[in-house]
Amino acid sequence: MRWSGTPVCVAEGAESSTRLLVAFARALRGAGLIVPVDSVVHYLRAVEALGIDRRDPVYWAGRTVLVHRHEDAGIYDRTFDAFWWGRTPWPELPVETAELSRNEELDGLGVGPAVPTDAPAPPVTRVSYSAQERLRYKDFASCTPQELDEIARLLRDVRLRALRRSRRMRRSTRDHGRHDARSTVRRSLRTGGEVVRLVRREPKSRPRRIVLLCDVSGSMEPYSRMLLRFLHVAVVGHGRVEAFAVGTRLTRLTRQLSSRDPDAALASAAAEVLDWSGGTRLGEGIGTFNDRFGMPGMARGAVVVVLSDGWDRGDPARLAEEMARLHRAAYRTVWVNPLKASEGYQPLARGMAAALPHVDQFVEGHSAASLEALVHVIAQ
Amino acid sequence: MGPKASTSDPQKAQPAAPEDVRRALEAHGYLADEGLATAVFLAMVLQRPLFLEGEPGGGKTEVANALSRWTGGELVRLQCYEGIDVSQAVYEWDFSRQLLHLRAAELGQGGRDGSGGLRAAEDELFSERFLVRRPLLRAIADSSGIVAPPVLIIDEVDRADDEFEAFLLEILADYSVTVPELGTFRAAEPPLVVLTSNRTRDVHDALKRRCLYHWVEHPDFEREVAIVRLKAPEVGERLARQVTAAVQAIRGMGLYKAPGVAETIDWAHALAALGSSTLDETIVARTLGSVLKYREDVERVLGSDLGALVGDAGLRG
Repeated sequence: MRWSGTPVCVAEGAESSTRLLVAFARALRGAGLIVPVDSVVHYLRAVEALGIDRRDPVYWAGRTVLVHRHEDAGIYDRTFDAFWWGRTPWPELPVETAELSRNEELDGLGVGPAVPTDAPAPPVTRVSYSAQERLRYKDFASCTPQELDEIARLLRDVRLRALRRSRRMRRSTRDHGRHDARSTVRRSLRTGGEVVRLVRREPKSRPRRIVLLCDVSGSMEPYSRMLLRFLHVAVVGHGRVEAFAVGTRLTRLTRQLSSRDPDAALASAAAEVLDWSGGTRLGEGIGTFNDRFGMPGMARGAVVVVLSDGWDRGDPARLAEEMARLHRAAYRTVWVNPLKASEGYQPLARGMAAALPHVDQFVEGHSAASLEALVHVIAQ
Repeated sequence: MGPKASTSDPQKAQPAAPEDVRRALEAHGYLADEGLATAVFLAMVLQRPLFLEGEPGGGKTEVANALSRWTGGELVRLQCYEGIDVSQAVYEWDFSRQLLHLRAAELGQGGRDGSGGLRAAEDELFSERFLVRRPLLRAIADSSGIVAPPVLIIDEVDRADDEFEAFLLEILADYSVTVPELGTFRAAEPPLVVLTSNRTRDVHDALKRRCLYHWVEHPDFEREVAIVRLKAPEVGERLARQVTAAVQAIRGMGLYKAPGVAETIDWAHALAALGSSTLDETIVARTLGSVLKYREDVERVLGSDLGALVGDAGLRG
């Protein structure tokens, strides 16, 4: 552990230490943690109970009270070191923590303000029905930014759903299903113990979990912006959709994409993904997904959708192995390949060929219409 | 600086520091590291639920068992599963007994002008007599609370659905349960609450924020050896060290399911049952099934250099 046992440098008096602790909580907020005020209050009480005169209690008090996700532990550790190391007693401002310059990444991605700064503000375009129709079938790769915005509007109302039966039973309104003695007896109490009507229960249908794994590597660049928007509408419109980006690493985007405001959601998702337009190691990415999320339960009984062109620089055997694992755990696996629509397409890319035996449905995903068709494929 | 014993419980002194917690848990069969001891200490002092996450087999549930043995509070366990609802988690009316009661009252009246007696019988129907207490209500309305507040373990909360989570949030906020027919039950002294999750899905932040959070790591070598010695006393020191070293090496192999502490203990038990006092390649190959639960994992380990694995483990034993 870092400088374990070194006394924390604190000024005398409770007031100054309170200020110091609150400033630390603010520094954590600045670093991106969600720290509500009541947590700060609990933090102060925790430090009071443990004492502020040594480093480790102060460290662990914050770890248990202010951190709510294991992923945040790293941010906490860095902020803790930066904040407390050589700390003078009277903090004027919270410590600036190292943050990546997010705007640059956004620009590279084209997710932020997409219009070049020197261009005039785009006029409000009215698209006629036939133009809309054309746009629905137009390949994302050949669309202008304005057209992509228009397509995004078309996709706004897309709702992903996949139904399944649940183990939770609900009372049948149609006299179908299994007899429910408990409810029948309870109901009979109203009539003095006379059974007037049998109550039955039937399984309630419940949305199946949908997992979207989107390839964000360089070869997918013409499509990833649009697909990310698709991920966003999917996550927002439905309680059980999980979204991930796969490039050279795996990034969970569900939380970032769950903001209703598309610009904010896409910006924070883009900031989260560190490997935009880089290489692809699908096998490893999907493997990480399997290890950390899929096998513990997320993939079980779910519809798993991989959005990728199958161009993979990793080991195809690894990809095949991981897809096989995923296929065994998932209810259904769907592969969406934007290149599939091109004429004479053959799944010759090594990754694609390796993955295909473990895919239930292989569909295209280059246009708004194909994504709408995907919605139906998922809902089957 | 830590507060001294609370007034409500003279027999069991409140711990004054995390070190007290660590020692007490150790005395009751759980070896906690500093982070976990601090988290438990804060949960007791601040009276807040403790949310434990980590790999399966890391000893999350065991924390609650040890706490219950230590404080003397009754262990109340609620195993979550998909579709769990209030009637299984909090309370339910015992309908068949209610019905019998009503019938008996009817018969007692002998059918004569009996509406008055029947009404009285009906009034009794929704009394505590017919209330079936499920774990959450038992933990909150614990009448035996003379010794210590109960220890409530809400296990694998990630398996339950969101609706249930919202409901838990409500109960954990003020440790009270309202039964419409009877009124509100409120805990005289809040139970010690431990929630565990294997992270099959993200539990909602609102619930986590109510809780103290701790991620249970795999223990370091010496601690794991100590745990094996504690849980499998029939295993010799030398074998315990070798098994632990081998498991820790296996964890670094990037398997589908890395073995947890529970598997280390199982393996040690298995080896001791086979009468071996040291690891060798044959015995490892034969007993690997008690550590690894995926065919691919077993194959990967068998395909690796078993000799080196055993050799390295031998050096630490």
